[in-house]
Amino acid sequence: MNITLDADKCCAAGQCVLVAPEVFDQRDEDGIVVLLDAAPPADQHDAVREAAAICPAAVIQVHE
Amino acid sequence: MSPRRIAVVGASAAGLAAAEALRRFGWTGTLTLVGDEPHPPYDRPPLSKQLLQGAWQPDKLHLRAADQLDALGLDLRLGTRATGLDTATRTLTLDGGERLACDGVIVATGVAARTLPEAAGLDGVHTLRTLEDALALKERLSGTGGHRLVVVGNGVLGCEAAAVARELGHEVTLVGREALPMARTVGTEIGELLAAEHRERGVQLRIAAVDGFEADGDGPARQVTAVRLADGTRLPADTVLVAIGSEPAVGWLHGDPALDTTDGLRCDAYCAAAPGVYAAGDVARWQHPVHGRDLRVEHRMNATEQGMAAARNLLAELEEALEGDEALAPAAGRERRPFTPVPYFWSDQYGLKLQAYGVLAGADRSEATVVDPDSRKAVALYGRDGLATGVLAIGLPPRLVRGLRALIATPAPWEEAREGLRNALA
Repeated sequence: MNITLDADKCCAAGQCVLVAPEVFDQRDEDGIVVLLDAAPPADQHDAVREAAAICPAAVIQVHE
Repeated sequence: MSPRRIAVVGASAAGLAAAEALRRFGWTGTLTLVGDEPHPPYDRPPLSKQLLQGAWQPDKLHLRAADQLDALGLDLRLGTRATGLDTATRTLTLDGGERLACDGVIVATGVAARTLPEAAGLDGVHTLRTLEDALALKERLSGTGGHRLVVVGNGVLGCEAAAVARELGHEVTLVGREALPMARTVGTEIGELLAAEHRERGVQLRIAAVDGFEADGDGPARQVTAVRLADGTRLPADTVLVAIGSEPAVGWLHGDPALDTTDGLRCDAYCAAAPGVYAAGDVARWQHPVHGRDLRVEHRMNATEQGMAAARNLLAELEEALEGDEALAPAAGRERRPFTPVPYFWSDQYGLKLQAYGVLAGADRSEATVVDPDSRKAVALYGRDGLATGVLAIGLPPRLVRGLRALIATPAPWEEAREGLRNALA
C-alpha cells in the first residue's frame, strides 16, 4: 500500500487522525494533514482505507 | 431471475460513501447510483468558499477521480431523477419511466435550497446549493467594479458567502432574522464574535425579515435593484443571495404510506426507513440512540459517515435472505450496528475557522469562554438536561480542537465537561 495526499484540499477536520493515528497527524499551526507513513504495514491498511473513505475533503488516495 | 441490485439514490457525498461501502462490505451485485445532477460526485462545502472565491476550478471539487469511480463498477445514472419508490416491492422508478427491481435502496437525495416566492423570474437573485448555482453567482460577481450584494439569511451559508464576497471587494449586507450571525446554531456569545468579525471586515449587518424585491425591466430581463425589508427599508442591490436554509428532498417519495417524510426521511437507529430501505446524509432523520432523539444533520462529515453506516446495515440485513448468493461476498465487519456518530462541522469565514463536535441543536444551556476577543478566539460548551452534548471552538488550532471531541463524545455531566474544557485550554 502506498498513500498520496492532495493536501491543499485538506480542511483540517482531523478525521484521518482519529481513524489512523499511526499514519496521519495534523500540523500544529493550521491542522493540515501530515503523512507519517506513506507505506504503512499491513495491520494499518484497514484503518487507512477507512480514513481515505471518511475524509470530508477527499484528500487521501490509497494505491494498492 | 433478474440480477441482484442495490440502488443508491443521490450521487453526492452520502451516496458516494454508501456506494463505496457497499463494495467494501461485499456487494458484488449490480450497484446503481442515481444522481439528478449531470456531474460525477462532487464536494459542496467549497462551493461557498474556494469556488466562489475563484481559488479553485470546478474539477478540483470531484470527490473521486474517474479511475476510482470506474473501479466501483457502477451502473451510474447521472442527470437522472428518481420519481418514486414502492417500498413493499423495493421498486424504484426513474424519470424516464424505467422501473428497477431492487434488493435494497439507500436514499441519499439530500436537500434543496429554499427560496422566496418573490424571487421567481428575477435576474440577479441566486441560491447556492449546486455547482451551477455557485458558478452562476461567481459569474454574477465577476467583472469590473464592486457589486452590491445583499445576502438574505445569516446562517452558516450566508455568513460564508458574505465573507468571500467581501474579500472580493464587493459591498455586502447580511440580512437575517437571527439577532446575530449563526446564532441559532452557535448561541449568542459566539454569534457576537462572528458579528464583530463581519463588521470589522466591512459587512453591513441587518436584523430583519425580507418582504420582497424591487426590479427594473420586463419579462425575463427583470433585474433585481433592491431588497425590501418588512419595516419598509429598501436595501439597494444588483445581486442577492437567498440563503434561508433548505428542504429535504423527499417529494419523490410521497405516496408511500410506509414512509414518514416529515422533515426528512425518518429512520430507526440503524438508518432503516423500511425493510431494505435506508437513508443517509442531509435527507435522513434518524434516532440517535445516545442522544435519545431524532436528529437530521446537514453537515458534510455526517453525509460520509451515515452513507457508510447505511450501506453496512443494509447488507447485514440482506445477509440472511441472500445466504449463499454470489451477490454478497464474505466481508469483515458487516454487522448491524446503530448509527451513533459524534457529529462534526466546520466553517471558514475570512481567516477564521470554526469547528464543532457533538450536538449543539436543542441545547438548553451553553457557555462560551472568550480566549481573545480581538483575534476571535473562543470555545463554547452546549448541553441539555444537565449533560454536555457539544463543544465548539473558533480561531483555535484544529489539532488542539480535536482533543475537545473526547469531552462530549459521550454526553458527560456538565461540570465534568466544563472542567475538562478548562484543563484543555490551560
